[in-house]
Amino acid sequence: MSDRLLVGTRKGLLTFARNGGGWTIARSDFAGIPVSAVLHDRRDGAPDGVLYAALNHGHFGAKLHRSDDAGRGWRELPAPAFPADAAGAPTLSQIWTLEAGGPSQPGRLWIGALPAGLFRSDDGGESWQLTRALWDVPERAKWFGGGYDEAGIHTVSPDPRDPRRVFVAISCGGVWDTADDGASWTLRGDGMVAPYMPPDQAGTREIQDPHRVARCPAAPDVMWMQHHAGVYRSVDTGATWTRLTPPGDDFGFAVAAHPSDPQTAWLVPAMKDELRMPRDGALCVTRTRDGGRTWEAFRRGLPGRDAYDLVYRHGLAVDATGTRLAMGSTTGGLWVSDDAGEAWALVNAHLPPIYAVRFA
Amino acid sequence: MARVHFTAWLRELVPDGPLQAKGGTVGEALATVFAELPHLKGYVLDDRGNLRRHVCVFADGQRLACDATLRHPVGPESELYVMQALSGG
Repeated sequence: MSDRLLVGTRKGLLTFARNGGGWTIARSDFAGIPVSAVLHDRRDGAPDGVLYAALNHGHFGAKLHRSDDAGRGWRELPAPAFPADAAGAPTLSQIWTLEAGGPSQPGRLWIGALPAGLFRSDDGGESWQLTRALWDVPERAKWFGGGYDEAGIHTVSPDPRDPRRVFVAISCGGVWDTADDGASWTLRGDGMVAPYMPPDQAGTREIQDPHRVARCPAAPDVMWMQHHAGVYRSVDTGATWTRLTPPGDDFGFAVAAHPSDPQTAWLVPAMKDELRMPRDGALCVTRTRDGGRTWEAFRRGLPGRDAYDLVYRHGLAVDATGTRLAMGSTTGGLWVSDDAGEAWALVNAHLPPIYAVRFA
Repeated sequence: MARVHFTAWLRELVPDGPLQAKGGTVGEALATVFAELPHLKGYVLDDRGNLRRHVCVFADGQRLACDATLRHPVGPESELYVMQALSGG
């Protein structure tokens, strides 16, 4: 199981290490600066891989840093920038997600941004190019912000079988994929319903708000989605989605897919939409092991009353074994489970608001 | 008269079902609604009478640009939807 955990918070990057059965802060980097996304890229940079941290200076813009020595030293990279002639005169607001390309693409990184630009690097983040073909799709005129003023890309998922095939999800702009490294894009996502739209537009694909999509690495056709209104699963790489009916609340932001079992996924439900807090103040994690037909709710080790913790899109992580999970909340709670989500141990209840949690 | 539907988020302020509204623009139609429901006005418009930043209006299936919403023409058969923009959180 992974013994290191990267936590992007409102007040910097915290690296937790497992220490005698518990978890302690091994490093604190970028103190005071919001860290919106983190990535541990195991492909490059022996022996520890490369760390990337996306910063969101309140006054000075979105920045990107890289460490080749497990966080002991950091170097600022050029942040992605929209070209001057990009339609709509966009300017980078936030790096929302950072992903590595495939093993056959050394140096390939993807950034999903707010506003909804997809940026690509082929040199380990030393330079970035906007994926123009996605920015220029005519449907972009219908995209709108979800949680932010502008639409944004929070999920970028290269297909492990062929990393030229990339899936992205946009709040609120639906789900898209490319088969040619980003040169052309296809709108996907049949089956989603958006009750926040007038009824005759509820099924329009390009205005859907997929809060987060998680793909099963071992069965990459299988994807799980926490949508603004409901939970969905796809078994055809995101082309069609079947609404699932977990008992209780089906609002939330985070979803995690088991690394090898395409029948297993986790959610962190919240009361929907206007409320966005745990029902009865009791935080829980739900899990299915049968493809979404049945769900179990787990509460052991989580606050059972008076909790307002909300887990954002990148706030739930599962390690490569599928046994260890970590979860960080908007109110600064961090928990780890060593039994596939059934029981949780509190790591720290007093952290800054947590944006991103990732095993490294 | 145009029919105005409000988001369920405002259900405590608005009676069930669409409301009938007169007027040649979205702003005029909403003004007739606010005449009956004065408390609703401050939830949809800001201090200056502009549409609130995170409220969006659809007219006859078209999402209106925020700064042009109130001037947008409506007809007697128009269907208006006043929704919370998801950009608001």
